[in-house]
Amino acid sequence: MAVILSEEQLLLRESAQTFLADQSPVSRMRELRDAVDDTGYTPAIWKQMADLGWLGILLAEEHGGSDMGLGELGVVLHECGRVLAPEPLLSTLLLGANAIRLGDNEALQKDMLPSVAEGERIVAFALEESGRFDPYGVATRAEPADGGHTLTGTKTHVLDAHVADHIVVVARTAGEAGARDGLALFLVDANARGVSITRTRRVDGRNAAQVELDGVEVGADRMLGGSDLLDQVIDQATVGLAAEMVGTAEEAFERTLTYLKDREQFGSKIGSFQALRHRAAEMFSELEFARSVVRDALSAVDEGRDDASVCVSAAKAQASKAARLVGAEAIQMHGGIGMTDEEEIGLFFKRLKAAELSLGDATYHRRRFASLQGY
Amino acid sequence: MADLEAFKEEVRGVIAEFLPPELRVGNRDDLPKEPLGRWINALADRGWITPDWPTEYGGGGLDRQHTAALRAEFKAVRAPIVSSFGVSMLGPTLLEYGTEEQKKEHLIPISKHTIRWCQGFSEPGSGSDLASLQCRAERDGDDYVITGQKIWTTGADRADWIFCLVRTDFDAPKHEGISFILFPMHQDGVEVAPLTLIDGSAHFSQVFFDGARAGADQVVGPLNGGWTVAKRLLQHERTTDGSSDGGIGGAAKETIADFVKREVGMDDGVLADHAIRERLAAHEIDKRALGLTMRRAAEEARAGQRGRDIGSLGKFRWANMVKEEQDLAIDAAGTQGLGWDGPGFEANQLERTKKWLITRADSIWGGTNEIQLNVIAKRVLGIPE
Repeated sequence: MAVILSEEQLLLRESAQTFLADQSPVSRMRELRDAVDDTGYTPAIWKQMADLGWLGILLAEEHGGSDMGLGELGVVLHECGRVLAPEPLLSTLLLGANAIRLGDNEALQKDMLPSVAEGERIVAFALEESGRFDPYGVATRAEPADGGHTLTGTKTHVLDAHVADHIVVVARTAGEAGARDGLALFLVDANARGVSITRTRRVDGRNAAQVELDGVEVGADRMLGGSDLLDQVIDQATVGLAAEMVGTAEEAFERTLTYLKDREQFGSKIGSFQALRHRAAEMFSELEFARSVVRDALSAVDEGRDDASVCVSAAKAQASKAARLVGAEAIQMHGGIGMTDEEEIGLFFKRLKAAELSLGDATYHRRRFASLQGY
Repeated sequence: MADLEAFKEEVRGVIAEFLPPELRVGNRDDLPKEPLGRWINALADRGWITPDWPTEYGGGGLDRQHTAALRAEFKAVRAPIVSSFGVSMLGPTLLEYGTEEQKKEHLIPISKHTIRWCQGFSEPGSGSDLASLQCRAERDGDDYVITGQKIWTTGADRADWIFCLVRTDFDAPKHEGISFILFPMHQDGVEVAPLTLIDGSAHFSQVFFDGARAGADQVVGPLNGGWTVAKRLLQHERTTDGSSDGGIGGAAKETIADFVKREVGMDDGVLADHAIRERLAAHEIDKRALGLTMRRAAEEARAGQRGRDIGSLGKFRWANMVKEEQDLAIDAAGTQGLGWDGPGFEANQLERTKKWLITRADSIWGGTNEIQLNVIAKRVLGIPE
């Protein structure tokens, strides 16, 4: 029931801050955005993240990891969120590789996970098929075939698919789009015949792609699990994303606070105006709430609490609410300068919006919270 | 100190002996008097009304761990606890600022629940700008003579003593001429006039002083240093608010989710009104987040991880949360939420309506929401004025 950081987590945070301050200023994300190169992230930094042990935080020791939990990964994601790091942490650690880790295919775990820990493998996760988050709205078919299945369908917003060597594909073996039953998760080689990947450019500079699957053959030994696994992976990714967005929102808030203290109009610092002071206090209060529910949800998942899904939806709903308020106010309070591409606050605004809409927005999670609570 | 497990056993024993089932419903106005009296006496005998105060002042002398264990045991069985101005506000203030004589005289009756206190801070002309208060105390021999008016005095009609802010220096800047003084309510020169509020209740009063007397030895803290004492006392108030969920009217008999479900109806497992459903979820998430935030702040402070005081944040969010709960109830009930009394309305509908009305005060009393936001901006965020 930890709602505060442990000594170890404080140390981890400090080392993450030191590393990112040195290696990953926000300007790096902008340069990558403008370069439009083949990767969209910095492979050398990914490797350093592996050396720091971040990529193996969730993995078992036998798979080259340190067997820690989401509490620890949440600390790292929070700090990465503050500097808008574009590395494939969410896609690989919390979605693709996490599906392998949480599934029951031991051979694939042994085969795949050690190289994830070492930073040599990026695993994407292909779930969504439309813009509005709907995890069971999968129409992609998995038809039985000789010794396995063939997959056919179109996936959108597959984070980091263009740099992944493997993709976990959620496909339907039975039933219609919208049904929870009949879903299965398959590990697909990104270079397999019938897979075509088109990189997309989004406002937030986060790397994503469309993935076309046209009769892709996948063996029976590449199956990871079904709907239970899907739910578990999504819960963990959701709370991880919530941790990251709280970091992003925190930085955007602090920059805005600094601006309120520095900027002068009418002969006064604009922070002396009560209309702005009260709004700054409200932003702080939403952020404090978000920090608390996210910490609680991270430990709820780590501890396997019965109400973990309730906590996760509370966390994403509150983080999304805070992100929306902080993002909007950050631009507004920066005034005209906040509208320029040169000022970095706009990068935070865009990343916050993307995080808000990913893996279910506040409304989605309030509804899910209500369902889980029996109303 | 007793081993924690043995202590918990002792507490459970006292609960089993003195707390009959009809009292296990939390703090309510309508508890049966006799068993309640026996329960309070049982607590008082053990110092458990004020468990963390020193035993020489009638407290339980318990450390933080034992106090927390005691409160957890009480909470688990929804035991009514004594919450009074004396216990939660004046007591901690006297422990910090009182003279030895003041502590001996006043703390023991508080911890035995024999003397009831009220608070004389606000005046008709001094609400949010409390430091502009005009009620005066002038020295006369060994006494001070009090003249002026207080308002919003909770429980003044039942109180035995009052802790009061009075002006003792009329030339000093407004914050520097105020003293914090204690005197009995039952004396000539004190008049209490109950105030009826928008919900029909009369828990508050106006109090008029015309030549009331207070001993000169009843000034708490330095003469003209009352503002500092009062600010500290209000911190106790804010800490108390943020951690409770009762509001002025106390907790409702039925959870808000159950109330809304019945009023709105269910349709295939979900609330029939989707907008109300989302508001209820948002409200319950807020409530969770507030509880977790107060807990996190307490744990971080204990672990030495932060110096930020988020009492104002707690008060602000708590007030909004309590108000939204009752707004939701009224909106769910529709015009059935408009009943004042009598036939045509169910008891729980009437209860919600009264709570909806009285909880409007939660964002006003104890520092308005606007004052709390000012405090956050200045003290927590450090934005210069």
